[in-house]
Amino acid sequence: MSKITSRWMGRAAASLGLALAFHARAWAEWEVNMPRGTGALSAEIYDLHMMAFGVCVAIAVVVFGAMIWSIYHHRKSRGSQALNFSHSTRVEIVWTVIPIAILVAMAVPAAGTLVKMEDTRDSDLTVKVTGYQWKWHYDYLDEGINYFSNLDAESNRARQLGSGIDPASVPNYLLEVDRPLVVPVGAKVRLLLTSNDVIHSWWVPALGGKKDAIPGFVNEFWFEADDPGIYRGQCAELCGRDHAYMPVVVRVVPEAEFSQWLAQNSAGEPAAPQAGAGGNDEPVAPQAAESGAEAKWTLGQAMAEGESLYVSNCSACHQVNGRGLAAAGFPPLAGSPVATGPAPEHIRIAVHGRPGTAMTAFGPQLTDEQLAAIVTYQRNAWGNGTGDLIDPADVAAER
Amino acid sequence: MSTATHHLEHAHHDAHVGGFRRWLTTTNHKDIGTMYLVFSLTMFFVGGAMAMVIRAELFQPGLQLVDPNFFNQMTTMHALVMIFGAVMPAFVGLANWMVPLMIGAPDMALPRLNNWSFWILPFASTLLLTPLLLGLFGIGGGGPAAGWTMYPPLVLQTGHAFPFMIFAVHLMGLSSIMGAINIIVTIMNLRAPGMSLLKMPMFVWTWLITAYLLILVMPVLAGAVTMLLTDKYFGTSFFTAGGGGDPVMYQHIFWFFGHPEVYIMILPAFGIASEIIPTFARKPLFGYAAMVYATASIAFLSFIVWAHHMFTVGMPLAGQLFFMMATMLIAVPTGVKVFNWVATMWRGSMTFETPMLFAIAFVFLFTIGGFSGLMLAIVAADIQYHDSYFVVAHFHYVLVPGAVFAIMAAVYFWLPKWTGHMYDEKLGKLHFWLSAISVNLTFFPMHFVGLAGMPRRIPDYAPQFADFNAVASVGAFMFGLSQILFAWNIWRCVKGGDKATDRVWDGAKGLEWTVPSPAPHHTFSTPPVVK
Repeated sequence: MSKITSRWMGRAAASLGLALAFHARAWAEWEVNMPRGTGALSAEIYDLHMMAFGVCVAIAVVVFGAMIWSIYHHRKSRGSQALNFSHSTRVEIVWTVIPIAILVAMAVPAAGTLVKMEDTRDSDLTVKVTGYQWKWHYDYLDEGINYFSNLDAESNRARQLGSGIDPASVPNYLLEVDRPLVVPVGAKVRLLLTSNDVIHSWWVPALGGKKDAIPGFVNEFWFEADDPGIYRGQCAELCGRDHAYMPVVVRVVPEAEFSQWLAQNSAGEPAAPQAGAGGNDEPVAPQAAESGAEAKWTLGQAMAEGESLYVSNCSACHQVNGRGLAAAGFPPLAGSPVATGPAPEHIRIAVHGRPGTAMTAFGPQLTDEQLAAIVTYQRNAWGNGTGDLIDPADVAAER
Repeated sequence: MSTATHHLEHAHHDAHVGGFRRWLTTTNHKDIGTMYLVFSLTMFFVGGAMAMVIRAELFQPGLQLVDPNFFNQMTTMHALVMIFGAVMPAFVGLANWMVPLMIGAPDMALPRLNNWSFWILPFASTLLLTPLLLGLFGIGGGGPAAGWTMYPPLVLQTGHAFPFMIFAVHLMGLSSIMGAINIIVTIMNLRAPGMSLLKMPMFVWTWLITAYLLILVMPVLAGAVTMLLTDKYFGTSFFTAGGGGDPVMYQHIFWFFGHPEVYIMILPAFGIASEIIPTFARKPLFGYAAMVYATASIAFLSFIVWAHHMFTVGMPLAGQLFFMMATMLIAVPTGVKVFNWVATMWRGSMTFETPMLFAIAFVFLFTIGGFSGLMLAIVAADIQYHDSYFVVAHFHYVLVPGAVFAIMAAVYFWLPKWTGHMYDEKLGKLHFWLSAISVNLTFFPMHFVGLAGMPRRIPDYAPQFADFNAVASVGAFMFGLSQILFAWNIWRCVKGGDKATDRVWDGAKGLEWTVPSPAPHHTFSTPPVVK
């Protein structure tokens, strides 16, 4: 083999090695770029981003190149003598006109993509998304299916201050929910976004963007996923203490699977209180119980269910240890007058909330059984020991 | 001897008042400038300490150190302290010291107003910090935690800290407005004979324009926060949909202030670069007139781009298109300024003392911030960037190696004039290199994690963002520690050092370099004539 051939082979090998080293998978933790995402719009946004980035790099090379050259060559220590020129109208005009031309060239595709983004016509599926402190609510308006989407219980446990649980041991830490949004592949999905309390923002990078969820207003956002899979994002507008803990998860499934999922969920009647953890597609509609649910309702059962529900729904403010967070205005439940006083008042607050404070009304969010379990737990845990077993019927009466 | 100077000499008795009373009652622009600068440096460390808490928590995924609510207090207060306590007062302090000297005036036009403008600030910042400090001891609900942007409805959930925050903002706004009035009156009326507007130093020009921005927009902020106050306590519903109001209206009003505000924080920095680079390149500023017009264009454009902070609120298409184009347009005059600085360096005879190092780093790194700003202007892409760490990277690049480096450059540049001593050049260079390297370590990775999907204002994140966050935190700690060198160098310079000449720097030009170093308590009692 001649020297030249072996040299070129060496270079080819080195380039290949370098290319492999820079392959995305090897560097997942050192991800430096926006995802291309799924669907044509997301790809178009990515291309726009790369174009703008490319323009910036090109300008940087010229400007920084000139600066570095000048710093090296025009220094006094190299004997450079200062010239005295201080103006040139011609040059000024050139470097005003060229940037304008570049900007116009950038603005044309930018405007085109923006127009497409704002076009929510001809959608295949509409879902109403409501932001809550601190969870999402999804309502398939035409299907009569709606549910809350909370941070997954395992993440929720691990994220507590001083939990001692290593985030790396939790799958999809902070990016997993109990019930994701489910949509069919290839469908133009239109989201109607609003909020129950403060401004939130629904963001899934791989689906091409975000839109704010504003109380009292409805925003539109559309996406079309061309590849089945699970896409994750987070709330993107500061919304209080647990802003970091209300992820967005979208499960894109083939058409047939979606029809099946719809059928399962529409048929669902309120069953026994759900743990609210882990189960993704269990048929639960959080409407008020109709069938009475007169199942065996023991204190032990209520405490077990209640603890789990308490952790996912109440512990964000009232803390897992029930001591609340005085600094943020969240009162303790351990030894509190509400949790050890008359039960009807306790139930009333859980169902209707405390207007004017951060205490939301949980009536619309949870079933009678779930609320009964939670209130039972609160009245017996942390040494509260009232011995009360709350009847779901009492919760229903309070509504 | 004229009657005017005779009277001025009799007024000299006030310079002999010593101790606390001197500082409390001084109407001297040099004293007041010094107070602004000392206040600003103190607040820089206070805000910096908050940043250290933030980066310590974000060093690793998982929540190790602070409650999420306290973390939100840190991000909120860090911004409020840095913007209103560090950067703005520093620029005002520099203006107080240098504008009269640069235009050949004996003092500011309204010296007593000047004194009040300053003394409001320590009071206002105490008001702002009190709820946070009391909260640390378990008294009250802690500091405000809804972001420095104070968006309703979230901000209306703030507890007792709310009125403290609103009144602190009102007071700081008042201070800025009064200071701005003073600057305009001074520049328009007290320039030495022969100094036409287009002969003024660039630092004076940029401050003249900044002062107009301040007067126009600070009252708008006051209006916005007053409406927040009445919404919370007096039953109005400006920003509550239930009562017929609109939370997005707040954002419009706030950012109508907010965008010119960021130019208020950078135009004086542009002026500083335009003073320092010609000095150390030993060459006149390239394109003086263009620089003036570019600054004015930037200031004008800054009023019509505010909604680029709001591209995800659900704005009509026409609005988005307009604000996108107007925002992109700002790149033109800003680019002109950058090119002119480079052209000033070109074929000069440069030396690289500490002020020049900071000034060159300013041009270089501010430009990087400008690039991410251009990317952010493109709405379709901004839909991905908004409220992510990409934005955090952008504004920290323009504010830290932007505004703050310019302030540091100015301090090194003018310290010998103020104190009569040269600062320690080796220590200055060490401070520069440590700061320049660490500032990039801290903020460059934020572009990456933002693009990869990390939102802002979160105390905890998914492990895929861990590595760059660790780098950023290390950079931040390094940056924080390096600032101690800065404070130490200043302190030593105040106390003593090599004697500084009047001109101090080889290429220095301007009226301020014709007075002795240190500048006497009263200068230009007789106005100089400018040819």
